[in-house]
Formats: sequence, C-alpha cells, structure tokens
Amino acid sequence: MKFSKYLLIGILFGVVMTKSEAISWYRIQEMFRFQSFHMYGIIGTAVSIGIVMMAWMKRIDFKSITGASIKQKIAEPGVLRYLLGGTVFGLGWALSGACPGPLYVLLGANFPVFIIVIIGAVLGTFTYGVFKDKLPH
Amino acid sequence: MNEFIEFLSTPWSWYFSGFMIAVVMFLLLWSGERFGVSSTLKTLCSIGGAGKKVPFFAGGWKDQTWNLIFVLGGIIGGYIAVTYLDNGKPLNLAMSTVLDLKELGVVFDGNLAPKSIFSWENAFTLKGFLVLLLGGFLVGFGTRWADGCTSGHAISGLSNLQIPSLIAVVGFFIGGLLMTHIIFPLIF
Repeated sequence: MKFSKYLLIGILFGVVMTKSEAISWYRIQEMFRFQSFHMYGIIGTAVSIGIVMMAWMKRIDFKSITGASIKQKIAEPGVLRYLLGGTVFGLGWALSGACPGPLYVLLGANFPVFIIVIIGAVLGTFTYGVFKDKLPH
Repeated sequence: MNEFIEFLSTPWSWYFSGFMIAVVMFLLLWSGERFGVSSTLKTLCSIGGAGKKVPFFAGGWKDQTWNLIFVLGGIIGGYIAVTYLDNGKPLNLAMSTVLDLKELGVVFDGNLAPKSIFSWENAFTLKGFLVLLLGGFLVGFGTRWADGCTSGHAISGLSNLQIPSLIAVVGFFIGGLLMTHIIFPLIF
C-alpha cells in the first residue's frame, strides 16, 4: 500500500524522537537554560548533514521514487511573520516542552495527557486562521 | 541482535540522534514528500470542517494524508521506544537544570516529562488544565503564523539554507528564553 511507507518512516521518527529524548520537557528546559549541549548537538548534527544532503540532491537532481525532483519549500520572503510567529511558537515550545512532532510521539510514549496540548495546538492553529488577515506578515 | 537491541535501549547520543533525524528527512524526501509536522494541525482543522467558515482551511487536505499517517507512526514509535527499547534508567538531566527546576517547585522525577505537570491528575485541576491548553495553543498559533515548526524550519528550512527559517529559529529562541526565564517564575 502507498501509505505504509509513511507509517514505517513515522515509526522510525517516533523511536528517534523518544530515544534522543528530544520529546523531553526536561531536555527542552536544559536547552533554554544553556545547561547541556545535548539538544544543540542533535539539531546541529541533523542540520549539518541536512545541508550537505540537500546540496548533493540538488546537484545531481536526485529523483524521488515518484520520479520527480525532490520537494523543497522556498519560504516567502519576510521578517515579521517569522520573527513574531516564531516567538509565539517558542513560548509554547518552552511551556509544553514539545513542538508538533513530539506532541504526537508523547501520546504513545506513556503521556496520553498530551492530547490536551494537541487540542490546544489545533485551537491555536484555528485561531490563527481566523485572525490571519489582521496579523502582520 | 540482542546486542543491537541493547545498544538501541540505551539513551542515544546527540550525534547518533542527529544522524537519525537526517535519515528520517532523507526517507521523506526520497518518498516524494517533505519533513514538516505542523501542517498536520492545519489538516486536522480542515477535517473538522473549519474550511466552511474560515477560508484558510478550505480546499482539499487529501494530499496531506501521508503526513497524518506519518504522525500516527510517530505515536506507535513512541510506544515502541518506551515499551521495548527502554533500559529503565532515569533521564540523565544536567544537575544545574535539576536545581533550577527545584527552585521553581518542579521536582525532577526521572521521566521524560514531569508527572507533576503532565498527568491526568494535574490536568483535572484548573491551573494544570490551562497550562497544558495554553502551551498547545501558543505552539499551534505560532507555528502557523511562522509557517513552520522545528521540523519545517529548524531542520528542513535551515538544511535548505532558507533565511526566513533562520529568522523563525531566532524567534523560537526569543520565545523560549522569555518563557523559561521570565514567565516560568510567574507561573510555577
């Protein structure tokens, strides 16, 4: 089935996020208090490999299994939406100790109470959609 | 094989973890998609019928089905990791963080997240419930405003050398530092 590969990659993602402890509220606190290199090491390694990988994929015009060139998102230019939206996101990331990926993973990792955080996140996304045109971008 | 499972059951180093996140990103690109989890929150709004009232959520979401399957896998992966790949040792948190949190009244309990905040017991108190809901609300609102989260901006965007992603990551840290150092002492 077409979607089974996404389920498998998702399972790998869930294991990676849990075993790396990137889903840990404590690790996020450690990061925002600059008291451990752990989270910086994880993100730094992923991005370093990612930069080389993306450059290589573009250079050889790497094709996905669908035969098309790889998808890359070219972000719209701008400053305000990224800075302000990012700041609001950061407030939530530190408070809940989880960004969207870990929110889901934590549900399976013996923290079903994160369903309340997910409901909050869906409400937040909905509220953005309602007030989108009134916000600076 | 047993040695391999044993290796996977110890907490992963930052470099192995970072490498494996890059592997996940590669597998998604190879499959013809892109690593970015926060879109699923928008998809959930669309599925819930938000598109009837708010144009932002209108239009099809079927092309996002793969991402919902991906996060469903994430839930299963989390379960597998804590059930079959756990050596039972408490999280190795920096002592300075343990002491800082203690001062805030959050006792380190060795779990992935403090049960004093993230338990049903606490969720059924008004303050506990509001903290959980507000944390999620800020994540959901902010991520859509910034058009991406940690996976979309900090990992995918920075890997693709996108300046907006760098600005978003700066924002993530402004918000995170504000919450941790200024607002936490007021909440906890």
